[in-house]
Amino acid sequence: MKVLNKLLFRYKIASTVLMLIISGFSAWAQVDFKGGNITGNFKLDAQTYREDSTIGAEKVAEKMLSNSYMNLIYTNGNFTAGVRFEGYFNTMLGYDNNYDGFGIANRYATYAGEMFEVTVGNFYDQFGNGLIFRTYEDKDLGYDNSMDGARIKFRPLPGIILKGVIGNQRLYWEKGEGIVRGVDGEFALNDLFSSLAASDNRITLSGSFVNKYQADENPIYILPENVGAGAGMLNFSRGNFSLATEYAYKSQDPSADNNLIYKSGSAFLINSDYSVNGLGIMLQYKWVDNMSFRSERDAQLNNLMINYLPAITKNHAYALTAMYPYATQVDGEAGIQGEVFYKFKKETVLGGTYGTNITLNYARIQDIKRNPIDSSTPIGQTGTDGYTTSFLSMSDSLLNQDINFEITKKISEKYKVVFVYQHLDFNQLALQGHGKEYNGMVNSNTFVADVYWRIKPKHTLRIESEALFTKAVDFTTQQNEVVKIKQDFGNWVMLMLEYSVSPHWFFAVSDQFNYVSTNKKTAENTFEYLHRQYPFNRNHFFSMAMGYSKGASRIQVSYGKQREGILCVGGVCRPVPAAYGFNISVSSTF
Amino acid sequence: MMKKLFATLLFVMAFYFGFSQLGTQTIPSVDLKTTDGKTINSSTFSNNGKPMVINFWATWCKPCVLELSNMDELYDTWVKETGVKVIAISIDDTRSMSRVAPFVSGKGWKYEIYVDPNSDFKRAMNVPNVPHTFLIDGKGNVVWQHTSYADGDEVELYELIKKVAKGESLK
Repeated sequence: MKVLNKLLFRYKIASTVLMLIISGFSAWAQVDFKGGNITGNFKLDAQTYREDSTIGAEKVAEKMLSNSYMNLIYTNGNFTAGVRFEGYFNTMLGYDNNYDGFGIANRYATYAGEMFEVTVGNFYDQFGNGLIFRTYEDKDLGYDNSMDGARIKFRPLPGIILKGVIGNQRLYWEKGEGIVRGVDGEFALNDLFSSLAASDNRITLSGSFVNKYQADENPIYILPENVGAGAGMLNFSRGNFSLATEYAYKSQDPSADNNLIYKSGSAFLINSDYSVNGLGIMLQYKWVDNMSFRSERDAQLNNLMINYLPAITKNHAYALTAMYPYATQVDGEAGIQGEVFYKFKKETVLGGTYGTNITLNYARIQDIKRNPIDSSTPIGQTGTDGYTTSFLSMSDSLLNQDINFEITKKISEKYKVVFVYQHLDFNQLALQGHGKEYNGMVNSNTFVADVYWRIKPKHTLRIESEALFTKAVDFTTQQNEVVKIKQDFGNWVMLMLEYSVSPHWFFAVSDQFNYVSTNKKTAENTFEYLHRQYPFNRNHFFSMAMGYSKGASRIQVSYGKQREGILCVGGVCRPVPAAYGFNISVSSTF
Repeated sequence: MMKKLFATLLFVMAFYFGFSQLGTQTIPSVDLKTTDGKTINSSTFSNNGKPMVINFWATWCKPCVLELSNMDELYDTWVKETGVKVIAISIDDTRSMSRVAPFVSGKGWKYEIYVDPNSDFKRAMNVPNVPHTFLIDGKGNVVWQHTSYADGDEVELYELIKKVAKGESLK
């Protein structure tokens, strides 16, 4: 806990310094400080690590690791200034330890007038759907690609928003080498032309252009120092129907991601939805070819990404349905997703007293079709154009298929239930690089039953039970013996009991049990032939947690084991290592 | 260990009370999207002098959906008795923002819905995680906020809405 104290002490000093700076500024600039205000938030996560070789959990030399941040925003009329302190003593496992240390990770000042808005310092922004430009941050992912530079927003007329951005991107405590600059224009035709003001058809057009510059110091290849990307977007809506479509193109950009090929890239996205009371339908289509776009050619992981290519699969909320999360393949993919939401009305056969909600979701993503550039050059050969492909092409190679169904039903004032079924075909070999022993595919079936029992007003017990089954397949050993193995880690069951007392308390216990297979021989084979790093053990991942909230402050403590896996938020993922220990999380907004 | 935890909590509370004295918080000016793609600025939020609730949620967030569903059952009564307006801000990004309109229709919710696809409004309001709820008085000041959701929290919220509607102070 010494580390925690040290951290809190540093925060106290840092915030005092900031207060002094702000009061100094307000005295100097003759700003009436009384008119302004400071808001902010604070979060601290700390975890102790114990060793458990059966699940692959490791202890750390520091005994405890912690990540924390504090945002302060000062607002006075049209003027806003903000600063974020971040502290990593040392960085928790699963985040890059380049974050180790403490400092000001983000600071900016904005002046927002009627027509102009100017920001200097760090900022986050998105052009269109983000296909060529999006900077954002997510603390849970350790993701922050903020721009550090300047941004101007200009609204010359109602219905027109023009933006210009320039800067470098954040890379841990440093900045990326590349300079990123971009312009974006959004034109809402119905607001621009009075003749369209009353029209039922709403049309918004936007266009953007982004350029990155990075010097070429490669001894072998002549690499383009300037890479340009452009995108056009059309938004159409009429009544309950809306359609958003965007096409993006990127000039040749040899990088570590595409194995230094000189091919240009492109992406196409359609988002559409229709809704009337009680019914909603969503359809998405996406096609991506060679669209990795970073401000340094050699950047890896989630670093220095300039654009965002959303994964068009459902972002699952239950632990086992999210066991195999899909992340966009920036090198190439073609996919669709459809979803239907329906509410059976109250007082009908299927609706009952309170109505019944159902959701059906389907997504399928395949690889694009790549053709060799000539008969002597293999596909993807470094230093060449790599391959050719036609717009919207698709190969037979399945990357991910997810069909899932959810029913939510309130039975009475006391009981509410949610049932989920999911069938998933997940190309683990293509997406995560392992699983060739079972031809790379994981075929899983997952069931969830989530029961809410309102024991008395403000006291609710939630019982969440889940089960995931992967397929058993034949495996030929080196001795030419054919044995049964389960795909990946085989079967899981999970039970969680969560008791909440509004408005302050919550308590939870849960266990995820990786029993692999009821057949002991199959379970043993699975571990022997797939997971040699662990001794065979049907592992339990037990954990308990309690939390206290008051207003905008919350403290949560938990103890237990966490399985190794992948945490995804909004289609960006990071691997989470197995962990065993005590965790505390404190957050507050003020 | 408990002593340290207590110290941490105290520290956070000290910040909370320390900073909350520094002027009243109003709604920052941030561009949001309507579910049909129109840009709208948060500074235009108004309810003619009646209280407003701003709730941050996402289609993939279970407690958020539970909270909005539970509030939906009471919403007609709330509106009738206090004139309150609930504005639900979805932080679904490009991946799932086209789910928002059909999702809301499928649930039959009657809230005013906006999308914050790059979390700009979420950052401006200092929201660490969803769900997070703000109560705004008739003058546009943030008078109360709450993070996370436990079944039944809407009861406490409504007590506060009633006070604010009557012009009473929550301090």
